[in-house]
Amino acid sequence: MDCNIQEVDAIIEQWGAKPDSLLQIMLDINHRYHYLPKESVKRVAERLEMPLNQLFSVATFFKVFSLVPRGRTIVHICTGTACHVKGAPKLLDRFEKDLKLRPGETTADLALTLETVNCVGACSAAPVVLVDGVTHTEMSANKISKLAKELKAQEG
Amino acid sequence: MMRLSTIQDLELLRREILKRREHIKKRVRICDGPGCHSGGGEKLIQLFREQFEERGLDGSYEIAPTGCHGFCARGPVVVIEPANIFYEKVKPDQVATIVERSVVGDELVEELLYTDPETGEKIVHERDIPFYVHQERIVIGETGRNLITEIDDYLSRGGYSALAKVLTGMQPEQVIEEVKVSGLRGRGGGGFPTGVKWESCRRARGDIKYVMCNADEGDPGAFMDRALLEGNPHQVIEGMIIGAYAIGAREGYLYVRYEYPAAVKNAQRAINQATEYGLMGDHILGTDFSLKLIINRGAGAFICGESTALMASLEGKIGEPRGKHIHTVDKGLWNRPSNLNNVESWANVPLIINQGGKWFADIGTERSKGTKIFSVVGKLNNTGLVEVAMGTPLKKIIYDIGGGLPGGKRFKAVQTGGPSGGCIPESMIDLAVDYEKLKGAGSMMGSGGMIVLDEDNCMVDVARYFLNFLVEESCGKCIPCRVGVKRMHEMVTAMCEGRAQPGDIERLEALCNGIKETALCGLGKSSPNPVLSTLRYFRDEYEAHVNDKRCPAKVCKKLITYSIDTDKCTGCGVCRLRCPEDAVIGEKKECHCIDEEICVRCGICYEGCKFGAIVIE
Ligand SMILES: Cc1cc2nc3c(=O)[nH]c(=O)nc-3n(C[C@H](O)[C@H](O)[C@H](O)COP(=O)(O)O)c2cc1C
Ligand code: FES
Repeated sequence: MDCNIQEVDAIIEQWGAKPDSLLQIMLDINHRYHYLPKESVKRVAERLEMPLNQLFSVATFFKVFSLVPRGRTIVHICTGTACHVKGAPKLLDRFEKDLKLRPGETTADLALTLETVNCVGACSAAPVVLVDGVTHTEMSANKISKLAKELKAQEG
Repeated sequence: MMRLSTIQDLELLRREILKRREHIKKRVRICDGPGCHSGGGEKLIQLFREQFEERGLDGSYEIAPTGCHGFCARGPVVVIEPANIFYEKVKPDQVATIVERSVVGDELVEELLYTDPETGEKIVHERDIPFYVHQERIVIGETGRNLITEIDDYLSRGGYSALAKVLTGMQPEQVIEEVKVSGLRGRGGGGFPTGVKWESCRRARGDIKYVMCNADEGDPGAFMDRALLEGNPHQVIEGMIIGAYAIGAREGYLYVRYEYPAAVKNAQRAINQATEYGLMGDHILGTDFSLKLIINRGAGAFICGESTALMASLEGKIGEPRGKHIHTVDKGLWNRPSNLNNVESWANVPLIINQGGKWFADIGTERSKGTKIFSVVGKLNNTGLVEVAMGTPLKKIIYDIGGGLPGGKRFKAVQTGGPSGGCIPESMIDLAVDYEKLKGAGSMMGSGGMIVLDEDNCMVDVARYFLNFLVEESCGKCIPCRVGVKRMHEMVTAMCEGRAQPGDIERLEALCNGIKETALCGLGKSSPNPVLSTLRYFRDEYEAHVNDKRCPAKVCKKLITYSIDTDKCTGCGVCRLRCPEDAVIGEKKECHCIDEEICVRCGICYEGCKFGAIVIE
C-alpha cells in the first residue's frame, strides 16, 4: 500500500502537531498501512518538529510498530501466561511448520504475517489466536492445523 | 441530552430515568465481556434484537449487552431479569426458545440452566450458583448489570451520586481523609496507600496537576482492568473525577493498552456522554470545578505500565523508566505533580465515598482492606473473574469458587503477580491471600492474575517462559536487567534442553541475587522472582533437569519422546493420517509406531488418540 501524505497529514491534524501526540499519530498510521512507511515517519518528524532519530527510536521500542510492510492478514498467537500453560508453544510450532513462517515474518506475497502477543485479555478461553483481530478460542494443535490450511487456501 | 447545571439537576434526571424505566417488565442481560464476546456473545445480541423485532416486543422489554459477568467458563451467559435466571453456554439456535419461553412466557429453559457438579441439581438463579455464592462482588458486580453503551443505565443505579456527594459539601481534604480511612491500597501491583498518594500530590507545588489511570494491564493472564473499563467505564471515570477534585487536577489521562480496542472505544464513549451531561468538562454540575480527560493508547510495551515509563511515553518519548528518587507526585508528566492509579483502584473510589471509608475498612484483613478482583485462569474448571475479600484462603478461590481442576488432574501451583511474581505450591493452599501473605510466600499481588498449574506443567518451563517475556520487555536502560535477564534466560533454557552442567543451579541463584540488588526499576528488580520462587518450592524439578536430563512433567521438548503403547493401539490409523510430519508408520488394524527422528513432538497424535495409546516419556 502506497503511503499518501495527505492521509498522513489528516491523521496528524486529528491529534494535533505536538510531541505528546506522537504515539497516537504513529499508532494510527501503523494501523492504516499495517506498518510505518518511511515517508510517513519523515513527514511526522517534519510536522511535529522532532528529530527523526527520536521517531525511529520510538518506532523500534514499541512492539506494535513495524518498519517493514506486513501482510494483508495478520495472525496473532497469544503467548500470555494462561495461553502458554495451556499449550500456546505447540500452536506456534505447528503454525511455523505448516506455513513456514516464524513470529515477526511475512510471506513474500504479503498475504500473511505471523506475530505473537502477550495476552489479549481473553485468558478464560485460552489458548487463543487472533486472525485480523477476530478471536479464535480454545485452540489445539489440530485446530491450528486446520486454521493454517484455511488461511493457505484463502490466498490460493 | 441536556446539560446538568446544578447538583439537584442530577437527582431530577435520575428520577426521570427511573420513571421512564418503570414499565420495563423484563430485561435480558447478554454478556459482552472479553470471554463471552469471543465465544459468540456478539452474535447472540444481534439475534435477540432480531427476535424482539419479529415479535414486536417494545418498551416493556429491554435487551442489555453488558460487561463481564465473571463466569467466563460458562459463557456466553444470558441472564433474564427481574428473577435473574441464569442461562449458560447459550447457542445462537437457542435464542428463539429463550425469548418464547422465558421472555414472553414465564417458564424456564431447563437445558440451559447451570448444573451443580456436586449434587447434579439444576440451579435457576445467578446468586445461588456456588461460583457466585462465595464471592463479594462489590466492585466488579455492577459490570455484569451495566448496559455498556448508555450512561442513563449507570445513572439509574445511582451512578455519579458519589461525585454529587463530594461536590455538595466535601472539601478536598475530607475526600482524601475518607480514602485514607478506607485503607485502600493500589491495585496495580505495588499496594501503595491511595489516600497517602493523593495527599502528597495535593500538597505538591504546582498550578497544573494531572490525574491518570493506568489501564496498561501488562501482566499476562490478568484481564480485570479490561473487564472494568470495557464493561463499566463510568465507574472508573467517576473515581477519576473525584480523585482530580481531591488532588486539584484539571486535566487527566487514561493510558490504555493497544491490545484492548473495545476498552478504548467504550471509555471514550463514556467520557463523551459524561461531558454532554456536564459531569465532566467545564464547571462540572455548575460548580467551579472543571476536568478534561484524554485517552492515550499504549503500543505494546510491558514496561509502560511502570509509572515513570508511562509518563515518558505520554510525552512522546520511548518508555524508559527513571530512578525512584524523584516521585511522580512531585514531578511526573512534564515535570508536574501527577497522580497515577490503576483502573481497579479508581473503580473502588465511588464506593468508598458513597458508603464511607469505615465501611470499606471493615472488609479484608488488618493491613489489606476491601476486596480484590482476581482473574482465575489456567487449569481450572470455573475460569473467570472472581472478587473476594482480602484474606480469603487460596483454597476457597481455587476449589469452592473455581470448582477445582478439570480431568481429575492434581493441583501443582498457582502463579500470581505476573512476570514479577512467583508460584505458590500445593502445600500453601490455605494461604489467606493479601499483599503481605503473598509477598511472604515469595510472590506478589501484582494486578491479580492467578494462573493455576497442574501436574502437566513444568516449573522450569514456567520460569523460562517468564524470563523470555522479560528479555523481550526489558527496556535496556540498565545493565543488570539488559544483560542479566538474558543470562538467566540462557541458563534456564539450557536446563530445559538438557545442556546444563552441575552447579548451574547455584550459579543461577547467585545471578538472581545480584540482579535483585542492582537493577534500576521494578521490572529488573523483580525479574528473578519467577526463578527464585520456583527454585524455592520445586528445586527437585530443576535437579531432575540438570542432573538426570529429565523433565518430570514431560513438557520440555528436548527431554521427551513420543511412542505408542502396543497394548492399547488398535491400528485405527488416526495418528498416521493426522501426523503432519509423516512420523507415524503402520498398517491399518495393526499396531503403529513413531519414528523418533522425524517426530517434532507437536502433540497432534496425543490429542487425537481415542485409546490413550500415545505415551510421552
Ligand atoms: C514493570 C512494571 C509494570 C507495571 N505494570 C502495571 C500495569 O500494567 N498496570 C498497573 O496498574 N500498574 C502497573 N505497574 C505499577 C505502576 O508502576 C504503579 O505503581 C501503579 O499504576 C500505581 O497505581 P496504584 O497505586 O493504584 O496501584 C507496573 C510496575 C512495574 C514496575
Ligand atoms: S494469556 Fe492469552 S489471552 Fe490472556
